[in-house]
Parts: sequence; C-alpha cells; structure tokens
Amino acid sequence: MELYRSHVLVCGGTGCTSSGCLKIVEKLGEELKKHELEKEVQVVKTGCFGLCEAGPIVIVYPEGAFYSRVKPEDVERIAEEHLLKGRIVTDLLFKDSVEADKIKSIEQVTFYKKQQRIALRNCGIINPESIEEYVAFDGYSALAKVLTEMKPEAVIDVLKRSGLRGRGGGGFPTGMKWEFTAKAQGDQKYVACNADEGDPGAFMDRSVLEGDPHAIVEAMAIAGYAIGADMGYVYIRAEYPIAVSRLQIAINDAKKHGLLGKNIFGTDFNFDLEIRLGAGAFVCGEETALINSIEGKRGMPRPRPPFPAHKGIWNKPTVLNNVETYANIPQIILKGAEWYSSIGTERSKGTKVFALGGKINNTGLVEIPMGTKLRDVIYEIGGGIPKGKAFKAVQTGGPSGGCIPADYLDTEIDYDNLISLGSMMGSGGMIVMDEDNCMVDIARFFLDFTVDESCGKCTPCREGTKRMLEILEEITNGRGTLEDIDKLEKLAKTIKSASLCGLGQTAPNPVLSTLKYFRHEYEAHVIHKKCPAGACQALLEYIVIADICKKCGICATKCPVGCIDGVKGKEVYFINQDRCIKCGACMGACPFKAIKKG
Amino acid sequence: MKSIQELEKMRQETLEKVNLRRDRKGTRIVVGMATCGISAGARPVLMALLEEVKKRGLEDVTVTQTGCIGVCRLEPMIEVYKEGEEKTTYVEVTAEKVKKILLDHIVNGKVVYEYTIGAYEK
Amino acid sequence: MITLTINGLEVQVEEGTTILQAAKKIGIDIPTFCHDPRLVPHGSCRICVVEVEGARNLQASCTTPAAQGMKVTTESDVVVESRKGVLDLILANHPLDCLTCQKAGRCTLQDLCYRYDIKESSFEGERKEYEIDDSNPFYYSDQSKCILCGKCVYVCSQLQGTEAIGFAERGFTTHIATPFDKGLEHSTCVSCGNCVAVCPVGALVPKSKTKFRYWETKPVRTTCSYCGVGCQMDLLVKDNKIVEVLPADGPSNHGLLCVKGRFAYNFVGHPDRLKTPLIRKDGELVEASWDEAYDLIVSKVNEIKGEFGPDAIAGFSSARGLNEENYLMQKLMRGVIGTNNIDHCARL
Repeated sequence: MELYRSHVLVCGGTGCTSSGCLKIVEKLGEELKKHELEKEVQVVKTGCFGLCEAGPIVIVYPEGAFYSRVKPEDVERIAEEHLLKGRIVTDLLFKDSVEADKIKSIEQVTFYKKQQRIALRNCGIINPESIEEYVAFDGYSALAKVLTEMKPEAVIDVLKRSGLRGRGGGGFPTGMKWEFTAKAQGDQKYVACNADEGDPGAFMDRSVLEGDPHAIVEAMAIAGYAIGADMGYVYIRAEYPIAVSRLQIAINDAKKHGLLGKNIFGTDFNFDLEIRLGAGAFVCGEETALINSIEGKRGMPRPRPPFPAHKGIWNKPTVLNNVETYANIPQIILKGAEWYSSIGTERSKGTKVFALGGKINNTGLVEIPMGTKLRDVIYEIGGGIPKGKAFKAVQTGGPSGGCIPADYLDTEIDYDNLISLGSMMGSGGMIVMDEDNCMVDIARFFLDFTVDESCGKCTPCREGTKRMLEILEEITNGRGTLEDIDKLEKLAKTIKSASLCGLGQTAPNPVLSTLKYFRHEYEAHVIHKKCPAGACQALLEYIVIADICKKCGICATKCPVGCIDGVKGKEVYFINQDRCIKCGACMGACPFKAIKKG
Repeated sequence: MKSIQELEKMRQETLEKVNLRRDRKGTRIVVGMATCGISAGARPVLMALLEEVKKRGLEDVTVTQTGCIGVCRLEPMIEVYKEGEEKTTYVEVTAEKVKKILLDHIVNGKVVYEYTIGAYEK
Repeated sequence: MITLTINGLEVQVEEGTTILQAAKKIGIDIPTFCHDPRLVPHGSCRICVVEVEGARNLQASCTTPAAQGMKVTTESDVVVESRKGVLDLILANHPLDCLTCQKAGRCTLQDLCYRYDIKESSFEGERKEYEIDDSNPFYYSDQSKCILCGKCVYVCSQLQGTEAIGFAERGFTTHIATPFDKGLEHSTCVSCGNCVAVCPVGALVPKSKTKFRYWETKPVRTTCSYCGVGCQMDLLVKDNKIVEVLPADGPSNHGLLCVKGRFAYNFVGHPDRLKTPLIRKDGELVEASWDEAYDLIVSKVNEIKGEFGPDAIAGFSSARGLNEENYLMQKLMRGVIGTNNIDHCARL
C-alpha cells in the first residue's frame, strides 16, 4: 500500500452502483492517468455513505469535499480542478455542505450532524475489500481483546450491561440471548447471522455488509467465543450480490490472516464461517424459517419453543443475530458497556439505523441515537417533505409495523414507544407519507406484500391476509361497506393473536394502525365513496367545470375511450363517468383548466 | 494471525496510509498546486514531502494540496499548519529544502526561518 | 413433575408435556386438525389455540409445553372467537359439498363447524381450484378440499419415509404436490395410503367400490393377514361386507399400513375366492373337505419319501403365516419328514 496525498472515496453501495458509480470509478482512473496523478491520489470504492438520495457520492480527502450526484462527465473537472490544482469544484458539492463559500466538514452537514455512527462507522470510510483498512480502524482489536483478556462469561456480561437489543426488529436483549445459548447443553453450537433483510425499503444490513463486512466476521467470532461455538453461518439473500461478494472476500481474507480458522491469536479458539444464500423469501428473515432454510428445508417457521438458543441449526444451540446487531458489538467490546449504555433511552440503548424513504427530501440511511425524536429525523436529518406538502404519517417497521400520525411526531424513537403507538421498530424502515398518500391504499400495499410473502403454513396468515387484502381492495375500489371495516378489524385481531410466527402476528399492523389513526379515511371510502387523498383511482371523478369550459372540444379529442360528449362551440362538454377510465388525459389537455379531479 | 502484536503491526502499517480520512487533527502541509505552482516545480516538492513523511513514519501529518496561494512569483510554496501554531509559509521550496523543513520544523518543532516568506521579504 | 391448571382443574404432568397432552389427561378435549402425536409438532392449523394467562397471544396447545403454575383456558370467549375465525377462513376456501362428499361423517372440519356453529364462510373472494388427481389406483387427491394441515406430507416423510409429496408454492396458492406437480402417477408414491388415513377432510379419499356412509359401518379390529408383522387394522363393515380398511394403533404398526393391508381387501368377498381345498380328479379341480385334502397330502408325502428319500421333499413357508406357524413348519420338515429343505418367502 502506497502513501497517497489524497483519497477519493467513491460510494460503491448498491444505491450508488445503480446510479452509475462504477463508470465514475472508471473515469477517475482514466483522468488520474491523464494527469499522472496515479501515485498521489488513491481511488477507493467504499460502502454506503447513507445519503443515497444524492448519489453517486464522491468524497475527496483530506479536504472532505462532498460531491453529490456526480456524473461521469463531471469527473474531468474534479480531476483537473480539485485533484490536480487543488481547487474544489464548489458547484458539484452537495448543496448543504457549502456555507458562505466554505466547505463544512461532513460531520457538519445537517444530514449527518444529528447522526451518531456506530454500526455504520466504517461505511463510506474504508475500502470494504481491504482487511488492512479495517484493521487500521481498530478492526479485530475487539476479537483480540476478547480472546486474550476476557472469559466468555465476561463478554456476555459486557453485552448484558451495554443494554444492546436485537436490531432485527424483535428487540430481544442480545446479552441474554447469548447467555441462554452459552448455558444450553450441546456438543456442538452455532452462531448465525440474519442478513435476509426483506422489509420493503430497508437496506441497512446490506449497507453494513457492503461497507464494513469484516465487522460482521469479527462480531460473529466474538459470539462464537462467548457461547462456545466454532462454526457460524451468514444467511444472506442472493439479491445482494455486492454484499455477498464483499463478505466472501472478507471471510477469505480473515482466513488468510488467521483471523478465522484454528487457534486464532494463538489461543485454542477455533472459528469458521460460511455463507448461505437465501432465495428471497421474506419469511426466511423469521429466525426459525431461516434455520430451516439453512438446513436445506422449505423456508417455513417452526413453533417456538424450542427457541434457537436450545434447538437451532440441526437442533443444536444456536445464537442468531441480525447484521446491525453484530455491527455494534466490536465497538461495545472496545469502548465498554458504559459508553454504549450512555447512548439512548432508558430501555433502548445505543443507536439505530433507519432507511429513510418515501416523501422526504433526503432519502437514505441514517444512524441516530435511540431517543431521537421522529420530528428531528424527518425534518432535520431528512430535510422535510418535498414540494411543501403536508406531512401525514410515518410508517416504521415495514410490513410488520404501523403508521404514526403527525400528533406523535415528538415521540422519542425507541422500541417501547413505537410499540405503544401500534407500530414497531422493525428492522428500521421509515417511510414518510404526505397529504397525497391514501392510508387505506398504504395498508393495501403492505397487505399485498404479506399475502405474497406468507409461507402458507398456518391458516390465519395464509387465508386471513388474503381475505384482508380482498376487503381492502373492495374498499379502495369503492365497493366497501361499513361492515367491511368491522370485519377487517375482527379478522386482523384473529390473525394477530393466532398466527404461528412473527410474520403473521404482525401482518395486520398496517391495517390496525391506520384504522386507529385514520379511520375517517376508511369511512370516507365506504360511506362517501371518496378517497380524501385522491390516490385511489377508482374513486376519482374527472368533472368539467361548466363555467370555465370554452366548448373547444380538445378534451373530447384526447379522451382515449371517447367518453366525453359535447358539441364544439355550442355545448359545455360532459364526461360520462361510467365509461371514464380515469386516465386524466382530458385534464392535462384542457387549455383552460376547466377539468377538475374530485 | 497468531498474536496481537501482528495485528498491531498491520494496524500501524495501514494507519498512516488511511489516516487522512480519519480526522483533521495533527499537522497539515499544504502545497500550492495551481498552474503557477506546478510550472515552478511544485510536483517534485509534493513527491518529496510524501516520500519524507512516509520514510519518517509521521502518522499525524497530512500532505495535501491547494490552489494558487497568491504569490505566484515565490512558488513553489508550502504552508504548514501545526496545532497550536500560526501558519508558516515557506517559499521557493525545493526537494532539498523539504528534507530540512520536515526534520527541523515538523519533527523538532523549529521553524526554518530562512525559507519562510517573512525571511524572503526582508 | 409440574402442576398446571386447565379450565380450573389442576393437573400434574411430566416436564415437556404439551398443553394438549395435559388437557387430554384430564379429559378436556381440544380440537385439532394438524396434530398427530407421531409427528414432530408443527403447529400449522391454529385451531387448537388456548388462552394462557400472561401470554401476549393465544398459544397453540399442540406445541406449547406446559409450565409450572400455568393457567390455561381452553374454551374462553377469546379462544372460541379465534377458532370460529379460523374455521371461517378455512371454509372460505373449501367447497360446501358435504351432501355428496365421501368423507362426510369422518370429517374433522364438518365436526368442528358443527361444534362452533359455523354454517358458511363470511368471506367472499378467490377460491382455489384444482383438478382432482385420480392417477393413483387406490385414492383420489382433491386439492380443492385441502386445508393444508400438512399431516399427509409429514406422515409421508417422517413415518413412511417415502417423501412422495411436499408443499408447492407459497401463501394462498400453497398446495400439496408431487415433484413438479406431475401427479401421483409419476411420483415415488407407494400407495400405502397412510396420508389418506390422516387427512382430516375429504382431500384424500380412497377409491371405493361401494357407496357407503361412515356412520353405516361398524369397525372390526383385526390383524392384517398379509404378512407376519402383525399390523392392527379396523375393517369397516357394512351389511357384513368390508367397505374400507383403516389402520389402527397396534404395537407393531402405530397406525400405519402398507398398500396391501390398506387397500387389498376386496378378495375377501370376491366370488373367485377359494373357500375349500380343491383336488384334481380326472383333470378337473373338485371341491374337497379338509380331511380329504390332508389325507391326500400325507399319502403323497409318504409315497415320495418311501421311493426317493426325505430330501426329495422341500417345504416353502409363507410370510402370511405367524412366527409360530413358520416355526412349526420347519419343525415339521426337519423333525417329521426329516429334511433340511425348508425355506421362506421373506428370505427372497
């Protein structure tokens, strides 16, 4: 590794990859060659910086210049001006990072200012494919410390005192889970990592694996030492090809350097790691279904108890944690339980990564201390709602979570507060909705997802979610009745209380929470046959405003189904509702704005 | 990896190479690399700086570049920002001068007055 | 031992006992579709849910272990509501053709709908439609009636060890299928019928030659005569004729049968069946008494033994005989006839 005067970090996460970062890396290489800078400037492809909205992102150190939405044609200027001549190309910088012509450091950008990065600490900073860089940023020191200075019980004790809870959604105390597994009887134990991230819009686990894969390898080895396991499996979905390949590189490098394998750090601790690819079934994120899948069986949940801590993979005691949970662990070991438990709220410690999406200016990945207010995440970090629209609700917890209305924006985010609002932390999806979102339609969207993803094992989930979806479709199509709403509510309660696994038990949450906070929207659909947000197409009506209509007939010529009648120059035009397909072409075509939607 | 010493060795070796991404503490040496600087020979100066820093294993020193510092006739120029010190500007720097600046100023904390812009002006 | 309370009654059970087993011990009936004590508990149907004091959700009694001090209610309002809800959902996807369904009278779904007053489903919507698979010579598979309890799959894989069927697709379109949905004919099915025996509804039914209703039959417990294993079975008899055979729980078969015991009973009442020994006289087989037949055997054996010695005679014994009978057979050959030429079909 050479010493370079400048490092150009190009985000190589999935988000930026799909917005074209690979071309930028290529172009940078060409430009550096052209200016003979190859020996002075190093280009590093990193993991996700989090601000996916502004991707592809390029950060140039040591200045910390934060270039956003970089296009391949911009690279020439960055190379010639910034890298060669040292003049920052201000107009390409992320707008929030420039203030009175001075560059703010990344930490000062509002998007990052309120964040505290523990799980994501190395994402966007190190080259994820370099074990050396991970080590340079204190990587594997926690494993070294654990193996040489700590007894397994002491490791578990640190975790218990840290207050770390499972980041996959359940929020079970990680230290306790490890303790149960450590105490369980078994000739063989396993460590497993749940990287089957499936919530729509959630991608924090992917980002950690893409940006800092060694952290997971290290944490799993620590878990192995703590519970007495010498084998681990990472269950990761095959749709994450970049994460899979970087993790594989990390495992290979760790083996090469003896950080996995036999007698790690000269102790008698052995640990090996294998990747298992998931085929993309949402239910395989449920721990027992995941274990079935690792064993090569159909991804269907098993009843609990027995819990994986007693009977997990191949019926052996298994500790199974989520990627983000593991990503916190090396830091907790190095900095101590007290440091970690000083962050967060009384019952939820540390930070949580959220995937911010929907109607929000800064979509992306944010890591905030527990206890941060929803309002701060949405309005400060997220930069508020685009186009000045009104905030309506925020959906947390994905298909298992619920919608939280504006009244609760000052809620401090933690496990218990979100549950008391009828939602949940989940894996950390956070979807913001504005006045144009119909809450019935949102519930329908999530049910559509669960119906697709139900494994089909237990009756309430297999049959019940389907019926819920059918009722919601009736409502959004204007065919619902008030009884349907009651039926929906009753069915939701049956599914919630009688389903076998977490997927079924939480599947009704999007419906229950929208019924709780937005019942009036449901009622508007069934009583007045109106969608207040104007989102449900079947309930829309396009109407010609007679006073404004100039009888030009342009609307009638544009209508693809010929449902607009009138006589040019003589009669006000009229839209036949029974034939109208609600395409809106007439409204767009009318030069006098004489057609309204209602 | 059989020992913590090995891990520490790897850490130290890599640290100096990635250090400039970590924080902006420590010493910063900025080389004027605008057209004027480059034509006056800033590049060999920069290379010499990098070489010296690496040779001496100066972990907390960042070598970076900037645009035109403004006194084009005195290029190549370098500016040294040390914590708790005023900025020092060296002018008409050469690869030879770099060695002395690094040893006297950066390592031993003694500003090389004869190379500074102040000395030149006199 | 742990003590728990079910519906106010205390019961002592061993650790590891499920709530369902504990309830059974004191005569409390909890309905089930998917439970079978021989299978690894899987908790699919959710009809057996009960209320456990302090638990967040209703608990499936077939998989939840009893715990010390646990307070269980098996028919509380919440439980009954939930069971009704589950039945309502099952019925929404199940044809209401009980009038002509062969399974009527032995159908758990029918019984439970009666028990919980569910006349019809309150849901309208998509229903699954599958063609009946009649490619197996002994039974029909009608997936439109399947409630996906999964017992057939698990009996086939865990008890029979054949793995001819499994689950295909997911969610609402999940169904029981042979590999690639090619049909039973092209599967590894050995027609043991053990899946048919456990099916709680009319999705798997035997191809019956006679029309009958289960309530018209009388079970007659017997031992299968096909081989020496001693499987227990119930012959369902209507008007003194066997109309179906059901496996019974015997020490050697635990409620399983093979294709012969399960389906090959029609010979019993067949007109061609031999009822007396036949002796060939002048080229024709003529009915004879057992005494005549034995006399003939004895005289022939003596004749051959006298002329060619005992080793000219061999005995071949049948697996349809009992162990004792087979023992006697070899004793007869060795001790009475005086030859070691004795063999048995099970050896082949």
